[in-house]
Amino acid sequence: MIRDITIGQYYPADSLLHRLDPRTKIVCTLLYVISLFLFSNLTGYLIATVFLCMMIWLSKVPVFFIFKGIRAILFLLIITVVFNLFLVPGEPVVTIWKLTITDKGIRTAVFTAFRLVYLIFGSSLMTLTTTPNQLTDGLERLMNPLRIVKVPVHELAMMMSIALRFIPILLEETDKIMKAQIARGADFESGNLVKKAKSLVPLLVPLFVSAFRRATDLAMAMEARCYRGGNGRTKMKPLVYQPRDYIAYGVTILYIVAIAVAVRFTK
Amino acid sequence: MSLKLEQVSYIYGEKTAYEMQALKNINLEIHKGEFIGVIGHTGSGKSTLMQMMNGLEKPTAGTVRFDGQDIWEENFDRKMLRSKVGLVFQYPEHQLFEVDVLSDVCFGPKNLGCTGEEAEARAKKALAMAGVEESYFKASPFELSGGQKRRVAIAGVLAMEPEYLILDEPTAGLDPKGRNEILAQIAKLHRENGISVLLVSHSMEDVANYVERILVLNHGELLYDDVPKKVFAHYRELGKIGLGAPNVTYILHNLKERGFAVDTAAVTVEEAAETICKALKDRI
Repeated sequence: MIRDITIGQYYPADSLLHRLDPRTKIVCTLLYVISLFLFSNLTGYLIATVFLCMMIWLSKVPVFFIFKGIRAILFLLIITVVFNLFLVPGEPVVTIWKLTITDKGIRTAVFTAFRLVYLIFGSSLMTLTTTPNQLTDGLERLMNPLRIVKVPVHELAMMMSIALRFIPILLEETDKIMKAQIARGADFESGNLVKKAKSLVPLLVPLFVSAFRRATDLAMAMEARCYRGGNGRTKMKPLVYQPRDYIAYGVTILYIVAIAVAVRFTK
Repeated sequence: MSLKLEQVSYIYGEKTAYEMQALKNINLEIHKGEFIGVIGHTGSGKSTLMQMMNGLEKPTAGTVRFDGQDIWEENFDRKMLRSKVGLVFQYPEHQLFEVDVLSDVCFGPKNLGCTGEEAEARAKKALAMAGVEESYFKASPFELSGGQKRRVAIAGVLAMEPEYLILDEPTAGLDPKGRNEILAQIAKLHRENGISVLLVSHSMEDVANYVERILVLNHGELLYDDVPKKVFAHYRELGKIGLGAPNVTYILHNLKERGFAVDTAAVTVEEAAETICKALKDRI
């Protein structure tokens, strides 16, 4: 019932993108996202499209999964398009009652929509090809310099990976408790808002109880294995850059240069 | 009056990367008053099969019939079905939520539209059937011991007065005493109240001691559906799929190989003792 959330869902496959170091993927995705805001002309969009298509093809992730990410921002997307369409001043093209659509409005709406969609595609592509654990590993390493200013980088990363790890567990638990209560005649769907909220009590109480039970169990298990934070902790699989990572950085820089050139020489 | 599955198949996560066929073409009929054991390895589709029977999951293909009616027909009352086919999940104590034991057990009957008093009367009856003492009625369900919690959770389903009771590993995680008590209570329910019972279990001994029919599931397929004696005669095949027969089956087969005239069809310890004594007497 609650299983179809794509953002942050890993798609298992064996591709070049899957094998890249998570740090490479985070940095390159960040560069790609920034690049989307550097241009506002057709050439820039063409270059971005080519780059994005190439990455999707390399990732071996079915396009359907990448498109699923749009659902999360559909509402935002519609609002953005509508506002841009009607509120940007320029030469009027169509006038309906008091609302006018201008040529500039159409242009901005289409471009903004594409920009948003490309943004989601790019970041979904990263989360689809990287397991949550790799992601936190990468983030931990990238944020390591912040330790100098006393940011508890390791603790934050550990909290994040535990939180991520618990999402599927709690979803499964929710599903199970929901079914158990439905089997006892509970009704989660019909009724007005108050009734619906009330019907959640038999679901939420056991869920909280089990979340706390799992949390204490985990804390106990970690202590039993002498966990005491990040001091002097080494990794079983340390992140090491491979030649393919340097190539990936190269390709991304090439893409940025292409965008820069496009911005500079075309109007 | 029966619960019938016709060519039921079920696929999890259809059209995703995690697609998995949990059930393959299951045909099966459960009559009123039967005591059935369901055995199978982890992931063999037992739990999914149980959920088919009271309409919690919809089969990808095939039909489920309750008293001849397709339960997925548009105007079929599935709430009524869930009161007739009670399902006790694994670790059912995780579903307790109320402030005290009695109100928790009242949850089911109240959902069926019973008044407060009716629900309470049913709850008290159910708690007695599950073997929970009256002194616990006003206690918080979270303060009870594991075995007590489980009884309360089972009472929560019994209070709906089901005709069929499905229990998914009701003895998992209990100590031997708690396990025997719960199983005895279930057998009593079957005997005295005429409730049909479906008992999912890992323990061959549990199943052999109580049930009159066994379903064996393997990779989503129904491998055997027969009386215990005949199912355990396939003890070699059962061993191959990671299951087994009760210990006495192995002992009896070993004895027979060594020339004792024992009856290898005995499934309980008592039956085995009898046939061994008889074989020994014949020898002398």
